[in-house]
Amino acid sequence: MARTVAAFKVDHFQFLDPDGKLIEDQQVPALAKDFDRLTRLYRQMVLTRVFDKKAIALQRTGKLGTYASCLGHEAAHVAIGSAMRPEDCFAPMYREYGVQFCRGVRMTDVLLYWGGDERGSDYAGAPHDFAWSVPIATQCLHAAGAAMAYKLRDEKRVAVSVVGDGGSSKGDFLEAINAGSAWKLPLVLVIVNNQWAISVPRSRQNTAATLAQKGVAGGLPSIQVDGNDLIACLWAMEKALAAARDGHGSFVIEMLTYRISDHTTADDARRYRPNEEVEDAWRKEPIARLRNYLIEQGAWDDEREQALQDESTEEVQQAADEYLAKVADDPQPVTAMFDYMFAELPHDLAEQRACAEQYPDDGGQH
Amino acid sequence: MAAMTLIEGVTMALARAMEEDPAVVVLGEDVGVNGGVFRATAGLQQRFGEQRVLDTPLAEVMIAGMSVGMAAQGMKPVAEAQFCGFTMPMVDHLMCHAGRMRNRTRGRLSCPMVLRFPSGGGIHAPEHHSESPEALFAHMPGIRVVMPSSPSRAYGLLLAAIRDPDPVIFMEPKRIYRWQKEEVVDDGEELPLDVCFTLRDGSDITLVTWGAMIKETLAAADQLEAAGVSAEVIDVATISPLDMDTIVESVSRTGRCVVVQEAPRHCGVASEIAAGLADAGIWSLLAPVKRVCGYDTVMPLYRNELKYMPSVQRILDAAHQVLEVS
Repeated sequence: MARTVAAFKVDHFQFLDPDGKLIEDQQVPALAKDFDRLTRLYRQMVLTRVFDKKAIALQRTGKLGTYASCLGHEAAHVAIGSAMRPEDCFAPMYREYGVQFCRGVRMTDVLLYWGGDERGSDYAGAPHDFAWSVPIATQCLHAAGAAMAYKLRDEKRVAVSVVGDGGSSKGDFLEAINAGSAWKLPLVLVIVNNQWAISVPRSRQNTAATLAQKGVAGGLPSIQVDGNDLIACLWAMEKALAAARDGHGSFVIEMLTYRISDHTTADDARRYRPNEEVEDAWRKEPIARLRNYLIEQGAWDDEREQALQDESTEEVQQAADEYLAKVADDPQPVTAMFDYMFAELPHDLAEQRACAEQYPDDGGQH
Repeated sequence: MAAMTLIEGVTMALARAMEEDPAVVVLGEDVGVNGGVFRATAGLQQRFGEQRVLDTPLAEVMIAGMSVGMAAQGMKPVAEAQFCGFTMPMVDHLMCHAGRMRNRTRGRLSCPMVLRFPSGGGIHAPEHHSESPEALFAHMPGIRVVMPSSPSRAYGLLLAAIRDPDPVIFMEPKRIYRWQKEEVVDDGEELPLDVCFTLRDGSDITLVTWGAMIKETLAAADQLEAAGVSAEVIDVATISPLDMDTIVESVSRTGRCVVVQEAPRHCGVASEIAAGLADAGIWSLLAPVKRVCGYDTVMPLYRNELKYMPSVQRILDAAHQVLEVS
């Protein structure tokens, strides 16, 4: 007769329903009534969405390269970014602008990066955060390494990384879970499960009931939250960060959301997913949900909404103008491709740099 | 001062680097309690503690990825891959992150990590333990590639690699881990990471090689000398960046060159050196440049591995071909 040697469960947390009603048949965190904070984060979510829309417009008009939209992820991203402390470290994938704006990355930085200029990853406002990581899930191990550095130096800092549902299939993510578990690292791994890895749906990644349970398999406390519910995301992040900071090791949070946009501006999701699914996602999206809640609680109104939209549009326009002026008036010289390869330029690169200087404006053709 | 082997030179450099810089952390599979499968890290965990010498889970991607993360956050990880074949899963983090960190962030972050591993064949090891992948790593922008061939060069080059502010692949020729003993002073003196070593002066022909092939190449030079031919022997040691100046200068005097490498020939470092000579040394050359290499095949299992690797005779035959051209 077999005996059970391990059993597990994964808890799902949600405090706001899709209409923005507080689900009250449970203990609701105090932050659900901290309207100063919630309105501040709401503003951040709106700004992120206005930015996203502008970035797509810039791409569609030929002023920006391929861009990965964050539409629909605003609650998850703003919760992650606002719960972290400045001294913590964020290792993004490539669409977590909502996290990054909270941490001091500028909108201009994001536009520079997708606009083909490396200076976009030189975050003055988030000096030790990692840059965007396009090779899927690799950032999870960089965060684990950062967490190891902090642990070895006895610093009360936490490393946070984000991976998608697709990325959760990669070894890097699983190895980061193992690392967090083996060394009890101050590490928080967030699976922002937006249901689509380009054209491959969540169901094709595997048949596990949750992605959070991958953390359980590695021995980590792991939960799932509604990723369109800012309160749930924020509550989970605070809990995970506090545990990690206090030496209790790593944590996995799966945030269930939906990629309302195409994968990037180079993708057309209409080719592979039904429109009804997207329409359903719009009914559950995070910004209207939080706005409805704030309005019902008397913490928000149409007047403030209009002012916020105007301010956000203005702020985003300034960033876009700054980006366009930067690439037009202050482009990187051809030598820039050599000057950051090594601390000191090796002789062979010095020779090639001199060659490039002879052809400052020459090259292939787009 | 003590006579020591190449691998003891590695250990001594690791200890020295850990002594002088608390940011230096050794990590890898079996490097702690066990002291490494070749004993390169023997005694380090006992001396510096579990916080400085980390036995990792059996996960090469983790070792590489965490090293990138640690390096970007102020540590100086010195990671060990147990064998050359097991570096392949690490390539993603080396190519896509380690070599790009400084450039990608316009100097905001950097990646001062070292990945060291035993390389090459000749010790009757199982499959995937005997390859020579230096060309693969040398092709990666932003990464230095180093391979010492003596105890003192192992010590001086590894110290320099660990102190270097950028990522370094440090390949250790395991066939000669315990071949020669040499007096090495633990004086903290590093060797340059961009200069070839001339091991033997000569005037008739230049033999260029690195790693364990030093053994066959020096033996060939002895036999050439017995036959009245003065061979200069250059140990490239720093594969990337490649010091062509030393090689071109030598060939400007000898006019003849044979490049010897254990790795497969196609797109290898020997080919890069031959191309460099065609570019910068063509007017001194009195004969074609010959490459004596491993074959472009899968490294055989150990019963045939020695037949794969360049022999003294193959080097001599190539040298004589080159010398016969008048």
